[in-house]
Amino acid sequence: MTHSHLTGLLDTDAIRKDFPVLSRQLHDGKPLVYLDNAATSQKPRQVLDALNAYYEQHNANVHRGVHVLAEEATALYEGARDKVASFINAPSRNEVIFTKNASESLNLVANMLGWAEEPYRVDADSEIVITEMEHHSNIVPWQLLAQRTGAKLKWFSLTDEGRLDLSNMDELITEKTKIVSVTLVSNLLGTVNPVDAIVRKAQSVGALVAIDASQAAPHAVLDVQALEADFVAFTGHKMLGPTGIGVLWGRQELLEDLPPFLGGGEMIETVTMGSSTYAPAPHKFEAGTPPIAQAVGLGAAIDYLSAIGMDKVAAHEHAITAYAIERLAEVPDLRIIGPRTAVDRGAAISFTLGDIHPHDVGQVLDEQGIAVRVGHHCARPVCLRYGIPATTRASFYLYSTPGEVDALIDGLHHVRNFFG
Amino acid sequence: MKLDSMYQEIILDHYRNPHGKGLRDGDAEVHHVNPTCGDEITLRVRLDGAVVADVSYDSQGCSISQASASVLNDLVVGKQVGEAQQIQEAFLELMQSRGQSEGDEDLLEDAVAFAGVSKYPARVKCALLSWMAWKDATAKALGGQPPLTD
Repeated sequence: MTHSHLTGLLDTDAIRKDFPVLSRQLHDGKPLVYLDNAATSQKPRQVLDALNAYYEQHNANVHRGVHVLAEEATALYEGARDKVASFINAPSRNEVIFTKNASESLNLVANMLGWAEEPYRVDADSEIVITEMEHHSNIVPWQLLAQRTGAKLKWFSLTDEGRLDLSNMDELITEKTKIVSVTLVSNLLGTVNPVDAIVRKAQSVGALVAIDASQAAPHAVLDVQALEADFVAFTGHKMLGPTGIGVLWGRQELLEDLPPFLGGGEMIETVTMGSSTYAPAPHKFEAGTPPIAQAVGLGAAIDYLSAIGMDKVAAHEHAITAYAIERLAEVPDLRIIGPRTAVDRGAAISFTLGDIHPHDVGQVLDEQGIAVRVGHHCARPVCLRYGIPATTRASFYLYSTPGEVDALIDGLHHVRNFFG
Repeated sequence: MKLDSMYQEIILDHYRNPHGKGLRDGDAEVHHVNPTCGDEITLRVRLDGAVVADVSYDSQGCSISQASASVLNDLVVGKQVGEAQQIQEAFLELMQSRGQSEGDEDLLEDAVAFAGVSKYPARVKCALLSWMAWKDATAKALGGQPPLTD
């Protein structure tokens, strides 16, 4: 296969040298073809080195103690917050809350609103709006909040093409709506959603907007001011960082007004046996010893991505995705679940292959060294919507190559022969 | 090739032509799912005294889970409940053997073909889905009573 017609590709030969795991060989010498990036990304040596250096040279607890290591650890942890703030163009570093992952970030928003005073409080008269394409992490926290408060949960449905159906937006988002929580990019369909229209509608009725950017932050420029949302959640491990570190960005005046969720060390101002007062945001929402090394690792990941440039990462993935869609069309009986063009589309492509179950597709691909995700991808309502039990998903990143797309296509032909 | 140890021809035959598939009358029904991959089975057991008179099922899932349900139907229908339970326990033990057991062919018949699956931790649950459903449905059908013996 010649790939000379593809434009916008990064120098993956150079990039891949930074990722030790990508040189692994599996199953008697087959090179690893890692196409499960929507689940988690691989880590460059720069991130691994930052983690090691932190533990070898600077390890201490943060925001306490006057010794050298405590000051260094605090500077590194808070330095990572600065890097995140700059990466997402946050107006203030105090709007960046470190969490464990995107799920915790979204649960934090739901709990802030459940315990809030008016006008933010979600109660039995309130409505919550989500979409049918959310990851379970942006469904279940809202179901819990609705069950506990008596609020009504509503959702946007999907078109046959894998896009949000916005035709009934005026019925969904009303004066009763307190919060609209929507994903920027679907982890299963790959769809990039027109959140600007939803944000404008929500603003017109005084509702807050939370955006799940888990599949967006790793892959393109993320500008929280341009989004005009109230909260933006994402996770570190999908963007070259370690597991155990996530981010919730929130507008400063909201973070000042909204109550804490988890209580403990770090998040207080003063404590008596009767009551406590709280530290200002972001610390108000970071009870307990935070994931310090993981935050430092995320900072290193952001340095790595920023040195390449998120616009260039996006262009690379767009070229790879367009090429993959073109070549997947060659495989008989293959049906893409989600947009069938690379327009407004991320680098995760889900598909079915005739009546061969995705589990079997994934197993035979694995034997050829190709790692894909199979199942319902924590977005079971999407599978129900399209009448399928599960999909196979290939998802790309900045180190993915056209040659890996070719390997996937060859692998899928082999799967068909195996079960044919 | 290693993959052939999982996808034995016997398994692929059962997958392509499952035995006893479809829901028929039963004394108890259960619905089991594998939440990690979305495989599902609705399974009914009909007992005739101490004998497993029928195991019927409606299922969707991978070749391993579908073939396993077919083999289950072959192995337990017509057997005494106690004997079928012994087979179920032997199959469970085989699947938990991490590739260290070949299985007792006299007892497990076609089911020994699943020995290779036990080397793949992610797929063991696929093979066990219908068997766990059968165990559960049989317990329900017995209503907590031990099976009658002839």
